[in-house]
Amino acid sequence: MWDYLKLVGLGLVAVLAAIAANYAHDLAYQVNAVTVMLAAGIAFLWVLRTAGDPRPNLQHEYFDSVIRAGAIATGFWGIVGFLVGLVIALQLAFPALNFEFLQGYGNFGRLRPLHTSAVIFAFGGNALIMSSFYIVQRTCAARLYGGGLGWFVFWGWQLVIVLAATGYVLGATQGKEYAEPVWYVDILITAVWVAFLITFMGTLMKRKEPHIYVANWFILSMIVTVAMLHLVNNAAIPVSIFGSAQVQLYSGVQDAMVQWWYGHNAVGFFLTAGFLGMMYYFVPKQAERPVYSYKLSIIHFWALIFLYIWAGPHHLHYTALPDWASTLGMVFSVMLWMPSWGGMINGLMTLSGAWDKLRTDPVIRMMVVSIGFYGMSTFEGPVMSIKAVNSLSHYTDWTIGHVHSGALGWNGMITFGVLYYLVPRLWNRERLYSLAAVSWHFWLATIGIVLYAASMWVSGIMEGLMWREVDANGFLVNAFADTVAAKFPMYVVRALGGGLYLSGAVIMCWNLWMTVRAQPGRATQHSAVPAE
Amino acid sequence: MCAKPVKHERPEVGTTGHQWDGIEELNNPLPRWWVWVFYATIVWGLGYTVAYPAWPMLTGATPGLIGGSTRADVAEDIARVDAANAGIKARLVAADLNAIGTDPELAAYAERAGAAVFRTNCTTCHGSGAAGFQGKGYPNLLDDDWLWGGTMEDIHLTITHGIRNTTDPDARYSEMPKFGVDELLDDTQIAQVVEHVLALSGQEHDAGLAAEGAVVWEDAACSGCHMEDGSGDPTQGAPNLKDAIWLYGGSREAITESVFYARFGVMPNWNARLTEDEIRAVAFYVHGRGGGE
Repeated sequence: MWDYLKLVGLGLVAVLAAIAANYAHDLAYQVNAVTVMLAAGIAFLWVLRTAGDPRPNLQHEYFDSVIRAGAIATGFWGIVGFLVGLVIALQLAFPALNFEFLQGYGNFGRLRPLHTSAVIFAFGGNALIMSSFYIVQRTCAARLYGGGLGWFVFWGWQLVIVLAATGYVLGATQGKEYAEPVWYVDILITAVWVAFLITFMGTLMKRKEPHIYVANWFILSMIVTVAMLHLVNNAAIPVSIFGSAQVQLYSGVQDAMVQWWYGHNAVGFFLTAGFLGMMYYFVPKQAERPVYSYKLSIIHFWALIFLYIWAGPHHLHYTALPDWASTLGMVFSVMLWMPSWGGMINGLMTLSGAWDKLRTDPVIRMMVVSIGFYGMSTFEGPVMSIKAVNSLSHYTDWTIGHVHSGALGWNGMITFGVLYYLVPRLWNRERLYSLAAVSWHFWLATIGIVLYAASMWVSGIMEGLMWREVDANGFLVNAFADTVAAKFPMYVVRALGGGLYLSGAVIMCWNLWMTVRAQPGRATQHSAVPAE
Repeated sequence: MCAKPVKHERPEVGTTGHQWDGIEELNNPLPRWWVWVFYATIVWGLGYTVAYPAWPMLTGATPGLIGGSTRADVAEDIARVDAANAGIKARLVAADLNAIGTDPELAAYAERAGAAVFRTNCTTCHGSGAAGFQGKGYPNLLDDDWLWGGTMEDIHLTITHGIRNTTDPDARYSEMPKFGVDELLDDTQIAQVVEHVLALSGQEHDAGLAAEGAVVWEDAACSGCHMEDGSGDPTQGAPNLKDAIWLYGGSREAITESVFYARFGVMPNWNARLTEDEIRAVAFYVHGRGGGE
């Protein structure tokens, strides 16, 4: 019965998508509609072929197949995102790379959102979904709730990524940073996210442990808050049901404020709270040490999620935003410093008594560096939110450097650590194929981040100073083009850093691939849910 | 449990007693320094909101004990600079255009002010170094070749009213006929006259065609604007064709395109955007770049 319902639903989606493709007003919409039609068609065939197959009772086992798929997707989208990042870094250094024949498809303006979305939502999103599925099952001692719903979350998210990415290249965008996907992609995101919430909450509710582990608090706060941010910031009215254009519900400074309330908390909840959830599980597991302080985890969790949500206005200092909102944004950002650092302390101090592992275990080294970059960028953030600092740093490359020391250093490195932890376990392998390759990855990535962040500090502070330089009569000394010319060497160094980071990630993917292919399997270890 | 509990070497602290997949939590207290810095940021934060505009109320926000407004700060800053420059601005507007350079104080001010105006408004087309964009129709302002004249008066007039725009009736205006598009000349004649132009500028050319081109030059009244010898006429914005400076390129192909389609370079009238003192300053700056006449 359930299979028939699924077949009817998928068939309906495929037919409606075909109709939509026929009436499409713009190319991006048409391509997206065809993509949806194909996706629904493939799913239809899959359900049809497997309909009536016996369903083994897997309730005593963890649902790991979807996590394996998630690990592959994380690696794949990571490479894609880093590669596009390298391309646009080179385009900034060498504008001739915005080839004439690619205008409107492959120029910087089209590729930049592709890069940000690929790393945040494709690489980061898959890492979050995959690891939260892993964490919630292990720490609840229960199989993932919702039967095959986990697969819907996984494939739905990949579809979101493909629709958004092809849309950007073909010109479908809302024009809101980190919220570029157009209205129908937003609807799909909502559906997938609700399914994610159901699987996660369902698993928590059927847990066999008496308490909910701290990692799950962070992940749940991420899911709930991102849902709220997504719904509010993407409120829009489509121009036509057969087109990708929409009109935002808010206008002017209200729209800007909603956008940066969203934008900042995408960083706060997606890239901070969610990834702290990953840290709280994988760091103690890899270090084989207890979490440093339960009290600290409670206090910094509640302080973090309470304070973060108010910090958005610091993205709009010295704009049309009223002074009072600007003040509040800055004050909350500064108060956020210690709650952010609570996570760093808990992560680093968990290693006390295991510091010797830094010498022998490159995976731990990766996690420690990621926590270090987390601490650095969560200190840099409050500093940059102070109005006086912001008047220099705003609109400069300093912001880009700040974001990347967080994204490459914290999100990237912790994800790499998690992948190194998970892949041998998910595929039941003795150990990683090559620890030397992990070390290579570690050094390439770390040097890459340092080059990136340092070049952007120099470039950002330089251009900030050049922009504001006035002579004795109050006249600007530099033309904008002068600052662009002056940044050239920094742009080359930045691209070099990005190249190193990308090459490290390629080594990781090869290493993980070889781990699955060439390493001997472990004696079958039942990953059964303990019957307690 | 399938996973063995993780080890810990600080039994004096103790754990919370729970375990998740082998993970335990120690009962360590909050680090004191962490707590005190957190308190300090909260105290500072509350103090800051008391001092400055912060909390939204029904009809507005709390103004703060110290108060202040970023907009007012900027306005004040601008007013201060304006007040400081008011005297010299008035002198600049009153001065004879050609006398600006002879007054050292005025010249220094006009140079700086003109540079700022130029960087903000002119670099998009003329480049940040004022070298234009060779062959693409954006004139180089560093050389001594002036389309519409290079005296202070000429430059001032060009900047004030612009060239061939539709927004200022006093804009400088002239229009080259589209000899090819409008079939004023056939392809052979165009080829001939192009060779003549190549000959005028001392480039490699076909002498036979050029000789016939000289006839076309007269018949088509090219000399009406570009003069008999091709030296151009700044009163009509007709370029000098004898030198090596080419607004749209001096190759055979580029000149053929110019003759066939004609050119129609446009410059905005800056009297809509700039004040008289700014126009005078930027005129002085441009005049001083290269060979102002």
